[in-house]
Formats: sequence, C-alpha cells, structure tokens
Amino acid sequence: MRDSAEPHTAIADPMLPIAMRVSEAWRELDDVVSLRLVTKDGAPFAFAPGQFNMLYAFGVGEAAISISGDPARTGELLHTIRDVGAVSGALTRLKAGDEVGVRGPFGSSWPVDSEHDRHLLFVAGGLGLAPLRPAIYRALATRHRFASITLIMGARSPRDLLYPYQLAGWTASHALRLNITVDHAGPEWTGSVGVVTTEFARALAGIDPAKVSAYLCGPEIMMRFGAMGLADMGVSTERMWLSMERSMKCAIGLCGHCQFGPDFVCKDGPVFRHDEIARRLTLKEI
Amino acid sequence: MVIKTIRDILEEHPAFKSFDDDALDLISGCGTNEHFAAGSMILREGDDASKVHILRKGDAAIEIAAPGTGPLIVETLHAGDVVDWSWLVPPRRAMSDARAVTEVSAISLDANCVLGKCDEHPNLGYQMFKLWLPHLAERVRNGRMQLLDLYGANAG
Repeated sequence: MRDSAEPHTAIADPMLPIAMRVSEAWRELDDVVSLRLVTKDGAPFAFAPGQFNMLYAFGVGEAAISISGDPARTGELLHTIRDVGAVSGALTRLKAGDEVGVRGPFGSSWPVDSEHDRHLLFVAGGLGLAPLRPAIYRALATRHRFASITLIMGARSPRDLLYPYQLAGWTASHALRLNITVDHAGPEWTGSVGVVTTEFARALAGIDPAKVSAYLCGPEIMMRFGAMGLADMGVSTERMWLSMERSMKCAIGLCGHCQFGPDFVCKDGPVFRHDEIARRLTLKEI
Repeated sequence: MVIKTIRDILEEHPAFKSFDDDALDLISGCGTNEHFAAGSMILREGDDASKVHILRKGDAAIEIAAPGTGPLIVETLHAGDVVDWSWLVPPRRAMSDARAVTEVSAISLDANCVLGKCDEHPNLGYQMFKLWLPHLAERVRNGRMQLLDLYGANAG
C-alpha cells in the first residue's frame, strides 16, 4: 500500500493494488452499478480517457473495469460495472464505506487531446458509453478545439439507456448533438428505433467526412459494422478508434489472457486505431 | 411562391437522384403528395399494399402489435426512407403498422401504376430495382443486427 499523498499516477508496482474506499454506490440499471472511489490517503488518481483499472473484490477476485468519470476530477474514480459474474457481481454489491483494491490505470487512451478542428463523433452501444464518457468530458472541457461534437447512443430499449440523467443534461445544455436509437420500444418512445448505423447519415449531414474523427465503444459486432459504415461514408479508417474487450488478468501484457493477434489488449489497447486491427476484427479464430 | 410538381419533388429526393429524365417523367404520373398528422396511421397491418410511401419530411414508426403488451416499435424511418415493401411482394398485403411519429410529408406512389409502367418500360423497372434493392438489403442487414440482441447482458 502507498503511504504518501503523492499522486497515484506512476505505477510503482503494477501488480500491487492500492486500497480505495467506496464513497458512493448507486444503481444505474437493473444489473449495472456505479461506484465512486477515493484514495484513503487523499492523493489524486490521474488517468487518461479510455484507460481501465483492475478492481479487486477482496476475497473474490479481480476484474478489468473501464474508468468512466471525468479525468479532470482526479480526486475520485468512477467505475460503472455490470453484474455478469462472481467478481463483477461482488463489485456491484459494494456499499459506501467498503474497500476495494485498485491496480492501474492501464492501457492506451482515446486520442482526444491530439485532435484539433475535427468533428468528433462518439458512437456508444450499451455500456460502451462508460469507457467513452471520460473522452466526452475531456472534449467538452476543451470544446473550442473542435468543429462539432456528436454522440450516437445505441441501447436495447429506452429503459436500458446508460446515464439517462447525463444524456438529458448534455441535450438540455446543447453541449453536444445527441442521436439515440434503441433496438425496440413501446409506442410512447418518440426517438429512433434501429441499429446505430442508421443514425450515421443524419448525424453527419452537412459534415465533411474527411474531417471526422470517430470513437466507437460497445459490442464488438456493433463496432465492426459501425466502422465499416463510417468508412463507406468517407470517414478515414485512420481516424477511427475502437475500444476492444478481452479477458484481462495481469493487465501488463505478461499473462497472455487478452492476446489479440500480435497485441495484448491490456497493454497495447484497449483503444486501437481501426486500420491497425480491421483485418483481425473479421477473424473468427481470435 | 413556386408550387412544386411531383416531378420536381421526386427529382430533388435523394432516393431518386439516380433516375434519368425519362424514368422521372414516367414515375411522376404515379405519385401524389400526402401528409400525415403526428400519431396518425400511414398504413395498417393486413391492408392492401396499394401504395408505397417515400418519406420527405418527418419520422415514422414501424410497429407490430403484440398481445398483452401493446404495439412494439421495431424500426423508425426518416426522410428519404421507404415505408414498406409489401407492395412488391405477393400477396401485396401490409405486414406491419406504420405510424407517423411527427408530422409526415410523403410521396405516395400508386403500386399498380408503378408496376404497370415497369412492365411496359424495362429500363424504368431496372432503375427501380437499383433504387429499392440497396434500401432492402440495408434493412435486412439492420434487422439481423437487431436480432443479435447486441446490448443484452450475455452479448459479446
């Protein structure tokens, strides 16, 4: 454990978790919970948008969870977790005051800081908004650097939309252009029903596709077809980034659990430029 | 104020941008303008599919009624989209409801008129084929994606 109040940025020992305290836990969806974590010594925890931490539910195990909060707020960490197994289930049952082990931050990040005068297009599917949200926060904090910011959000149904309060806030403040589409809905829904690719034409109407940078995060099939659709519209494959998901264990590229062709998702990813992995996305063997 | 003819509207519509002058002249004779108030039905499941609607403005929901749960929206259509395919496929009966979500303006083509002219003018038929097929292929592809339940808890 660290015993100083120095920033938790450099990973002195990437295999050694620090203990953090859950300051708040709240339910986002039926099976999804968000945790707000703070360091016990009050030291800030810096990260780049798109990175992840290994969260250790004591006595149960570790899971790789994307950081979903604002990178400018280094005094806290936000993680949004879906209960899909023993470890993630234990994490979703944590309460305020509980402790959790944290290793990280790990991995590559969305290149939002290196973008200038671009039209930023975020494409999120389901829980994919969680790893994208830090990049959206960063983009909104430096809004003047971008020609436009658009978020296309896909979900199973209206009641499965992640962070609805945040989506409403962004819409009300005109912070970004928001296109929401769901797979099915009842008659009370006045938004779109259909896959995210059906929103591309309207979202990019009047925009030069050569000036678009797209960040996609969600189910891999959605990202594969989404990137294909954007490329068909003229968005450069070198200007698209995807956040990949594989089973991560060590998080430092040693154990090989998350091998993705010649790369390790934990170390070389999770954010990859599309042209570097496009071929691999169609290989059933990996 | 300039009043646009059906031909003018078709010529400006993205769905018909690839049509040559002869084809536009032929197809214009089959078209009328229609307007639907928000909430009104554009077509109902089981109706004769005697018209094809191409949206100019507004959004339409394709709905399928499910006993006990009310109608489910399975697709939302926007300007430029074609509302239904049943007019092309025997027995030419609408297979779903279509409801105007917002105020909708549409070009309505008489299906018998269009099919008759395609029989008489194979070139028109081929241009119609090239117009409809990509839309149909995209809708089938999107439908498959929705079937995958991508965002479900067990989806990868």
